Amino acid sequence: MNRILEKQVLSDVTKLMVVEAPLIARKAQAGQFVIVRISERSERIPLTIADFDREAGTITLIFQQVGKSTEEMATLEVGDHFATVVGPLGRPTEIERYGTVVCVGGGVGIAPIYPIARALKEAGNTVISIIGARTRAYLFWEDRMRAVSDELIICTDDGSYGRKALVTEPLKELLETRGNEIARVWAIGPTIMMKFVSLTTKPFNVPTIVSLNTIMVDGTGMCGGCRVELTSGQRFVCVDGPEFDGHQVNWDNLLARVQFYREQERLALEHWRHKCRLEEVVAQEEARTSVATGR
Amino acid sequence: MPKKEIVPKKTPMAEQPPAERIHNFNEVPYGYTPEEAIAEARRCLECKNPRCVEGCPVGIDIPGFLKLIAEGDFQGAANLIHQANALPAITGRVCPQETQCEVVCALCKKYEPVAIGRLERFVADWEAAQGVLPVPPLPPPTGKKVAVVGSGPAGITVAADLAKMGHEVTIFEALHEPGGVLIYGIPEFRLPKEIVRREVDYVRRLGVKIVTDFVVGRTATLEELLQEFDAVFLGTGAGLPWFLNIPGENLSGVYSANEYLTRVNLMKAYLFPEYDTPVARGRRVVTIGGGNVAMDAARTALRMGAEESIIVYRRSREEMPARLEEIHHAEEEGVQFMLLTTPIAFHGDEQGRVKELECLRNELGEPDESGRRRPVAIPGSNFRIPCDLAIIAIGQSPNPLIPTTTPQLKIGKGGVVIVDEKTMKTSIKGVFAGGDVATGGATVILAMGHARIAAKAIDEYLRTGEW
Repeated sequence: MNRILEKQVLSDVTKLMVVEAPLIARKAQAGQFVIVRISERSERIPLTIADFDREAGTITLIFQQVGKSTEEMATLEVGDHFATVVGPLGRPTEIERYGTVVCVGGGVGIAPIYPIARALKEAGNTVISIIGARTRAYLFWEDRMRAVSDELIICTDDGSYGRKALVTEPLKELLETRGNEIARVWAIGPTIMMKFVSLTTKPFNVPTIVSLNTIMVDGTGMCGGCRVELTSGQRFVCVDGPEFDGHQVNWDNLLARVQFYREQERLALEHWRHKCRLEEVVAQEEARTSVATGR
Repeated sequence: MPKKEIVPKKTPMAEQPPAERIHNFNEVPYGYTPEEAIAEARRCLECKNPRCVEGCPVGIDIPGFLKLIAEGDFQGAANLIHQANALPAITGRVCPQETQCEVVCALCKKYEPVAIGRLERFVADWEAAQGVLPVPPLPPPTGKKVAVVGSGPAGITVAADLAKMGHEVTIFEALHEPGGVLIYGIPEFRLPKEIVRREVDYVRRLGVKIVTDFVVGRTATLEELLQEFDAVFLGTGAGLPWFLNIPGENLSGVYSANEYLTRVNLMKAYLFPEYDTPVARGRRVVTIGGGNVAMDAARTALRMGAEESIIVYRRSREEMPARLEEIHHAEEEGVQFMLLTTPIAFHGDEQGRVKELECLRNELGEPDESGRRRPVAIPGSNFRIPCDLAIIAIGQSPNPLIPTTTPQLKIGKGGVVIVDEKTMKTSIKGVFAGGDVATGGATVILAMGHARIAAKAIDEYLRTGEW
């Protein structure tokens, strides 16, 4: 269990891993997540289940290298094991036949939006998808998203591929031109993107579901680190979510909370890079001396 | 028989000096030496009707083991304790003896009671020092399979008992390390994790299989477990932290005690960045609550480098539910107590980080339903405590994950699983529960007491099939 069976480089900073996890694959549904630990010293990292194969007993994880833990995770190779893969956690997406729906995936958020778009399509919805990234190199799964969408709109911040726009721009146009048709919007991506998607849909009164990625330790309702303020009260992302009504979320509070450990994250990354460099130097030194001494 | 000479005070136990220990996570008390243990055990008056045994939730033969210690037969004492208590090294350290066995000690009328807890700990530590505890001969397998959900005090105890009866036991643990609250909650300086690992190892050597990273209610439901196992014991504890529901509670730097302690204990945030999990290191830390968890959090904050660690509690000192020893240790270490104080709001800076806790002062009013005098806020007495880290330790209730995924399971007030106290049977055939999940949050020893009852009832159910 927990063995990496496949690794794909989706971009410089985005990796895909297919992991052997039969118990999780058996139960996984769109919208749920797992918590992984790389080794005994690692933190517990929540990652959305991007795909699963019940027969093969595998789940697919996609992550962006944003700090020490994800940088280290990117160094894992096929055959390596995670110390922990636990799940599936959180509540599944509520899939129904809504009519026409819009699925917005930003950056690494394309990974978790994919199984939701697929499930919505399978349930008979007309799926319009918008995927976006900073630049072309950070986009992935265009083909997969196209396969489960009736329409696919692609944007990049720098215009290197698709429209030069933020995802909120085509979304707004859709709402203005076909607002009456659109029954629901899903948005997954950076917190700031989900905030602006929610602000964009609010005036049109289109229910908007966001999947929150907060600070989290255990993922089972024990720590409360993931708590989020909704207009209807406090919720835990790990057990009440991760999906919530985006119009109810106190985004400014959430944005502050997700940045709380920024300084420690910077330190951890620095510490790790320094250690990697040292190990490299030691390895080179050893290689040099072993050549010199003929060992 | 000549009248026994009374020694008024407990034999003191050596401890790490406060000024030193606030800079490390090593255990605070060192434990008795054999000489000290013998001297202390001899203080027992050997009452004809010893009340200490009734005071013990698992009914340990206390006068019996004290006598054996007094005679220098430590192995005999250990064997006797084990008949009633599977985890003496743990309970000797964390039991509230002052409200259980020691409070009813005959010496208590005029003097200090026999230090039963310290002696229990002594015996357990002495036994561990003799080498690995041998596993008793096990009966032939019964062919019956039992799933135990949760690996805390209740789960470990029930698993050990059932394994000794010949049943095939599998423990399912949601976290990556077994031990439950003993691992994630109680800090190293109060309960060294090595002791917990030793007990878990013993259970494994009894043939119990422990599956970590498995969340019952998610990875598999209770119903699914029942298809594979002949009986299930729920020992999932009280893992859902309570919050105050006051403004500003979601500011950064406001933690539940569960989160703060889990980061430091289970995830070893005190070793950051060697270990990856970070935790905020406050300079001025406020902990809200008056129980053991609050003491643990406030004392952990000192060890994490806090210059000031303040406990805010709404009632007075007499009503604090924490063990006396924990309050005493906290005080020695410089934790400040702001009693009769109720928090009403957190205030933050521009970045959304906590910077003050606003409180009201209370006076004591009429007794409430718990018999304790109710704290009544004094209008207009508002004041603010500057802080850069706040920890909420006002209690917890059972985790709702299994109840919400098992509609047939009957749940009572406060989210507890309803059980028949004589058998620990729940509303579902084949499912038993005990410990904090059935009480809402009590002690390690009570959880073990439940587990003992449950193990007997489970065994009977497996043999007879009668519910």
